[in-house]
Amino acid sequence: MQQETIRVIPRLDIKGPNLVKGIHLEGLRVLGKPEEFARYYYETGADELFFQDVVASLYERNSLHEIVSKIAREIFIPLTVGGGLRSLQDIREVLRAGADKVAINTAALKHPEIIRQAALDFGSSTIVVAIEAIKERDGRYLAYTDNGREYTGREVREWAQEAESLGAGEIVITSVDREGTGEGYDCALTRLVADAVGVPVIAHGGPGKLSHIDEVLGAGGASAIAVAGMLHYDYITRPDSYRAADSATRDGEGNTEFLRSGRSYGRFETCTLPAIKAHLLAQLLPCRPYTPAIIA
Amino acid sequence: MSKKTIIVDYELGNLFSVQQACLHVGLDAEISNDPAQVAAADGLILPGVGAFGTAMNNLRNRGLEAPLKARVAAGIPFLGICLGLQLLMTGSEEFGTQGGLDLLPGKVRRIPPTIDMHRVRVPHIGWNQIVAPAGRDWEGTPLQHLRAGDYMYFVHSYYCEPDRAEDRLTLTNYMGLEYCSGVQHGNILAFQFHPEKSGPDGVEIYRQWGSMHGLI
Repeated sequence: MQQETIRVIPRLDIKGPNLVKGIHLEGLRVLGKPEEFARYYYETGADELFFQDVVASLYERNSLHEIVSKIAREIFIPLTVGGGLRSLQDIREVLRAGADKVAINTAALKHPEIIRQAALDFGSSTIVVAIEAIKERDGRYLAYTDNGREYTGREVREWAQEAESLGAGEIVITSVDREGTGEGYDCALTRLVADAVGVPVIAHGGPGKLSHIDEVLGAGGASAIAVAGMLHYDYITRPDSYRAADSATRDGEGNTEFLRSGRSYGRFETCTLPAIKAHLLAQLLPCRPYTPAIIA
Repeated sequence: MSKKTIIVDYELGNLFSVQQACLHVGLDAEISNDPAQVAAADGLILPGVGAFGTAMNNLRNRGLEAPLKARVAAGIPFLGICLGLQLLMTGSEEFGTQGGLDLLPGKVRRIPPTIDMHRVRVPHIGWNQIVAPAGRDWEGTPLQHLRAGDYMYFVHSYYCEPDRAEDRLTLTNYMGLEYCSGVQHGNILAFQFHPEKSGPDGVEIYRQWGSMHGLI
């Protein structure tokens, strides 16, 4: 049987000018400059990049345009941007700034018709619907908005199907319970969505070691994986990194205490993109192999 | 005076990234929806993401179809990307049968949802390999820096079926469906994948195309 080529997508959570990382989408800590991470991931074989403005939805702040614009001038892989996109005009502007795809969550749940209209205006494959799922005590998965804070009561499976029928070209499914923990993706959640829709499904939230990736591709049925902490924590501790901590601290925005403390990263077995690709190929999971290239 | 490449703007698709790739390799590329500029272009790029029918309507309503076809007939270098490849065909089966630019004989079909009983995810999104059809190689084409099996970035729900085997420049296999992912015929070159989103190897295609035609 033929298999899809797996995409490995570094996920960059952005707050103001900084790349941040939290746990359960909360408790954000500053890791550095998104441009530097983006460049590094591009050069080491990222298949796409996913940027999420993690505070835009709360404060209605659209600060990501400048960062995206700058990155899109020198990085030639697809860029998906999410966070605080409330209208067709917001979507148009971020695409104009250089995004190739947009991810919408809150706006889609409030007004599902925005998916249909956006798919008509910009093409289905441009519209990614992001679902933030929390497992309830009774075992059901429900969709939340605003980084897992706002209850909607919508069942994940049924919402994913509605989003697809309205024209979503992809679904990114986030396990809020696992996000930032390093405990592994929620494979049951990913499988629930992958079986419910015919569009590609990107798994997000939880990987802390390479075997977690195998699980979500196998048992979870994901077409692509978003990876954050494993990659970010590796990069900021590399001797050849741009000293991400220093550059972030200079701007004085956000909680940089974590970076300066030099603490270890708990459950995370950090690694590079080439290591992930090599691991996938060793498991006979098809992906675009990393080949060091002269960068255009 | 430097030669001008026009990126045809008909309000569908990501022109920004195509223009960035062009500028990166030194093409003097301008985004335009002006029929006069298309009629005077030294090189034409037709990008596009979205629906075939909407695209043809937009091209016609903006008066771009006639100058575009005339310019291609006059022999200037033409590069189509994604929907810009599909529009070259005689027609599409999307929402009934619709006529295309008819610059290359062939049809546009939808990727089936299942092949041999297996689910096929549509759109096809991601990196996939390109190879040359049997008996063809890429020497002397803008793909000459690539090897068979190199990866390019794809996003599409429809694919092309050119009538003439000799028009096919690249083939790609998605979940068992082998289809034509690149065409070349005279001054016409077009790809289903996005070279401007395919990393350094992809951007190099723009450079090769530009320098082969003296546009850089």
